[in-house]
Amino acid sequence: MIKTENVSYVYQPSTPFESAALKGASLEIEDGSLTAVIGHTGSGKSTLIQLMCALLKPTSGRILIDGEDITAKGADLRAVHRKVGLVFQYPEHQLFEDTVYKDIAFGPKNMGLDEKEIDERVRESARVVGLKEKHLDRSPFDLSGGQKRRAAIAGVLAMNPKVLILDEPTAGLDPKGRDDILGIIKTLHKMRSDMIIIFVSHSMEDVAKTAENVIVMNDGGVEMHCSVAEAFTHAERLQEIGLNVPQITLLTDRLRSAGIKLPEHIYTVDYAAKAIAGLVKGGDGDV
Amino acid sequence: MFKDITIGQYIPGSSPLHKMYPALKIILTIAYIVVLFFLHKPLSYAAFFVFTAALILISGVSVKIILKGIRPMLWILIFTALINLFMTQGETVFSIPLWAFSINISREGIVLAATMTVRLLFLIVGASLLTLTTSPLQLTDGIEKLLKPLRPLKVPSYEIAMMMTIAIRFIPTLAEETDKIIKAQTARGADFETGNILRRAKAMVPILVPLFVSAFRRADELATAMEARCYNGGGKRTRMKETRMKKLDAAAIAVFLLCCGILAVLEYALKI
Repeated sequence: MIKTENVSYVYQPSTPFESAALKGASLEIEDGSLTAVIGHTGSGKSTLIQLMCALLKPTSGRILIDGEDITAKGADLRAVHRKVGLVFQYPEHQLFEDTVYKDIAFGPKNMGLDEKEIDERVRESARVVGLKEKHLDRSPFDLSGGQKRRAAIAGVLAMNPKVLILDEPTAGLDPKGRDDILGIIKTLHKMRSDMIIIFVSHSMEDVAKTAENVIVMNDGGVEMHCSVAEAFTHAERLQEIGLNVPQITLLTDRLRSAGIKLPEHIYTVDYAAKAIAGLVKGGDGDV
Repeated sequence: MFKDITIGQYIPGSSPLHKMYPALKIILTIAYIVVLFFLHKPLSYAAFFVFTAALILISGVSVKIILKGIRPMLWILIFTALINLFMTQGETVFSIPLWAFSINISREGIVLAATMTVRLLFLIVGASLLTLTTSPLQLTDGIEKLLKPLRPLKVPSYEIAMMMTIAIRFIPTLAEETDKIIKAQTARGADFETGNILRRAKAMVPILVPLFVSAFRRADELATAMEARCYNGGGKRTRMKETRMKKLDAAAIAVFLLCCGILAVLEYALKI
């Protein structure tokens, strides 16, 4: 379980450029949950996740992972990095080895595992992200954009983290690439029942399609932390803080106000299609 | 850690010093340093100190920031002072016995050490006043203007200015990128702090390779973007914000010459 207690973070304190990115965020994230973090640019999303990985130290407040204070003096940060895997935005920009295999093996190697264990982990995580055996011997710079990103994600997965955090994993990908990455996240969630998965996203569609819970950040604070379904019932508030509800929700809301009897809180296209199909089959004359 | 880098540490402001014509500011800074080396009498230095203090006051930059600029130079200052103190031959004031030798400190040594330290201090303060009150873009504009007369001698002044602008523009971007790559590799368990020099140099590979790849990628993108906007360099280009000499700049020259006059009188005419 991840617990943040009144965590604040100030960039460049006591300079003319001082800015508070996080102002007292308190959260609890359960084991085995799949949580999305959304928020406007500058709402403190990236800062929050870097704090959870102990890459930044909070200006004030505490962060506990499984009851262990990672912000305490003398905390073993390398152990935290092993436990919490972070996939940065555009993670493919961090690839550096001459083969995909070696790049994925970088993390496990740093953990001091033996050859056999490393080999197993590399092949396993490559399989999870959908990279084929033939890709492993290629240079990571010869892969396509989507494949590069999957290789980078595999590099973090190979460390077998208890917590996996992804910062905008679908940024800059085409629709097919987006679906691939979101599919990987869902698969992982099913495969590893106790792994905490957190991903930052700008797209409400992605959040609706993939996550169970959602953390809505606004102006350095936690605005909401609830199930995705519940968050979309506060559509007005979301729009106030510069976030959109999915297009399909807007569409079905308008259909409903035009007198078509659709259920409330539709936020995926699949669900909307089923509801409309049901209505058509039912044939009560409205559609 | 890399986010804190500010090149030339420009402090935005609206003082007369900020508003001056950049090229003139560069010339006056050079002149300021040249004048400094003509001074020998303590009285002249006192006057020079008053002028410099007035400049700092006008600039609106806090003394704390200026002192912060001196700190990295502290060791050079101490080293220069010590070398001059011990190595200058002359009338011995006192000597320190040291086994068979003795270290002599001369009157000339003391004077030279003090003068050199004071000169260096003023030099640092003057140069940092320039960078503190001039944004990097204005600075390149000034350098371009100063190099323009050398154009017939095939000095590529526009190109130099453009390269400097691009380089300065990309320092924060690359610093941010480096910060991100270091964090990403740290998150993957990379260790940059332990081991001998060879190990540590090897540990830099996971940072340097992605950094170079991204620098080349950015250069390529920038070149394409510039070409798409029909950039062709050369002297026919105009600027959106053209800098011009104003009344203020004439006043600055007048004040500077007046100060030079006072210093000349103190240094050469007065027999104190």
